Amino acid sequence: MKALSVNKLTKIYSNGIAALKGIDLEVAEGDFFALLGQNGAGKSTTIGIICSLVNKTSGKVSIFGHDIDKQLTLAKSLIGAVPQEMNFSLFDKVANILINQAGYYGIPKKIAITRMEKYLHAMGIWEMHNQPAFKLSGGMKRRLMIARALMNEPRLLILDEPTAGVDIELRHGLWRLLTELNQQGTSIILTTHYLEEAEQLCKNVAIIDHGDIIEHASMKSLINRLDAQIMVFDLDKPLSSVPEINGYKTSLIDKHTLEIEISRSQSLNELFNLLSQQGINVSSMQHKTNRLEKLFINLVTKNRKNS
Amino acid sequence: MNLHLQIARISLFTLLTREVQRFMRIWTQTLLPPAITMGLYFLIFGKFIGSQIRQIEGYSYIQYIVPGLVMMSIMTNAYSNTSSSFFLTKFNKSIEEMLVSPMPNLIILLGFSLGGMIRGVLIGMIVMLISLLFTSVTLQHLWIVISMAILSAMVFSLGGLINAIYAKRFDDISFIPTFLLTPLTYLGGVFFSIQQLSPGWRKVAAFNPILAMVDTFRYGVLGISDLSITWGFTLVSLMFIVLFVWGWWLLQKGVGVKV
Repeated sequence: MKALSVNKLTKIYSNGIAALKGIDLEVAEGDFFALLGQNGAGKSTTIGIICSLVNKTSGKVSIFGHDIDKQLTLAKSLIGAVPQEMNFSLFDKVANILINQAGYYGIPKKIAITRMEKYLHAMGIWEMHNQPAFKLSGGMKRRLMIARALMNEPRLLILDEPTAGVDIELRHGLWRLLTELNQQGTSIILTTHYLEEAEQLCKNVAIIDHGDIIEHASMKSLINRLDAQIMVFDLDKPLSSVPEINGYKTSLIDKHTLEIEISRSQSLNELFNLLSQQGINVSSMQHKTNRLEKLFINLVTKNRKNS
Repeated sequence: MNLHLQIARISLFTLLTREVQRFMRIWTQTLLPPAITMGLYFLIFGKFIGSQIRQIEGYSYIQYIVPGLVMMSIMTNAYSNTSSSFFLTKFNKSIEEMLVSPMPNLIILLGFSLGGMIRGVLIGMIVMLISLLFTSVTLQHLWIVISMAILSAMVFSLGGLINAIYAKRFDDISFIPTFLLTPLTYLGGVFFSIQQLSPGWRKVAAFNPILAMVDTFRYGVLGISDLSITWGFTLVSLMFIVLFVWGWWLLQKGVGVKV
């Protein structure tokens, strides 16, 4: 069964802007799915429609087979949503925000209290449970929104840029948590500007640009489409000029840092042999840019040229 | 239990509890000011000025204005509770907590409007108790008092909700109370009998729903009225139905809360 099925979805805002131009999207049950796009591409509008925060103009949306036009209550009861912007009352106590959210889903208070304790502990903000929300730091507020989205133990969790403005430690903690949830069977849809996040976590990806889905594929197949990647090599000894290595494009960033473009047909073993032959020793290496980022920019640029 | 029924039952209880806790938590802003204001009304209009005014249909002036002032408190507080609570919920976007959830729009409408009704009726009871410090009142028709208090509070609570749905700025939730409700309230027979008006204005006044509420409530408290009780209940019930359907329709359409 599909966790999410979107068919010919359009959204035209009252000012005439067509935010979605008839998109189709499918997310399989158990998937970890990335919805990528630049600002204003249509990601949040799509998520807004799925979560009933935005009225669609036309098209169909189904959550685990429940059409939101016909079985809205059933469809909504299966979703948990983490919005991009803070959307809770700052004067409510942290515990009450979670218990009330569970109440809106029809979850009895006894169960709600147990889950509130569980998810506040999981998010590391249990010690703030009795405090009003305005006392939480920015990162804590974001964790609170994730805990709130988990209160109904959703089968489909939708996160709209959950790690925006979050420090590295917390971001990695969230990645672990999301991976665990996905492994336990929760289908996850994620929008993010951090493409390495999408590459690391997600199995499938869709790229949206100007209200159209321009790519919908598995992460693996998308990454495999890269013809070449640029590697950055840190060198043991300084170089005075750019070395000429047969078949490879090279450039020197500084005396200790060498950039080499490696195409799909070339191998790293061969490259290392050639470097050794020239007496160049490598102490470490890394990708110059995130691979998905390069691909993303290529796709978006190509789409804009075509249109 | 049926899932829909369970969601409706628990979500209504949750929202209603949240609404009542909200105004109880800030009781110095919600319960105390109307009590003080109405105490001053009783003192100045009732005691100081009222002592120099002749009796109206066998009651002293202060006794005559008690039902009107109680009803005025019920109406203004029921209205301001939902208008401010719903607008703040929209303003801080916590309305999204409800919109994302499977809670039906009907329950959102009921939760907010019942919360406003409870505050209105609670303040009505407080003002009634304060009036006993200045005069004596014996309730003549208890069920009319209770039913008109609840019905009027619901009407104004729904009115406040609809105002908040349309409101885009804080100013918008004070516009209708200032320019529409206050004049209608003061001309709604709180301080005088419409028998004092000319026959033409008396006919016009009969269509003022606030007069219908005050007059029917006064009948319940004192046993005297200017209009027919049936007309009072009919007009107020009609308003309730219209506002209820209007509010529900607005939420179903997502007016003011969705784009």
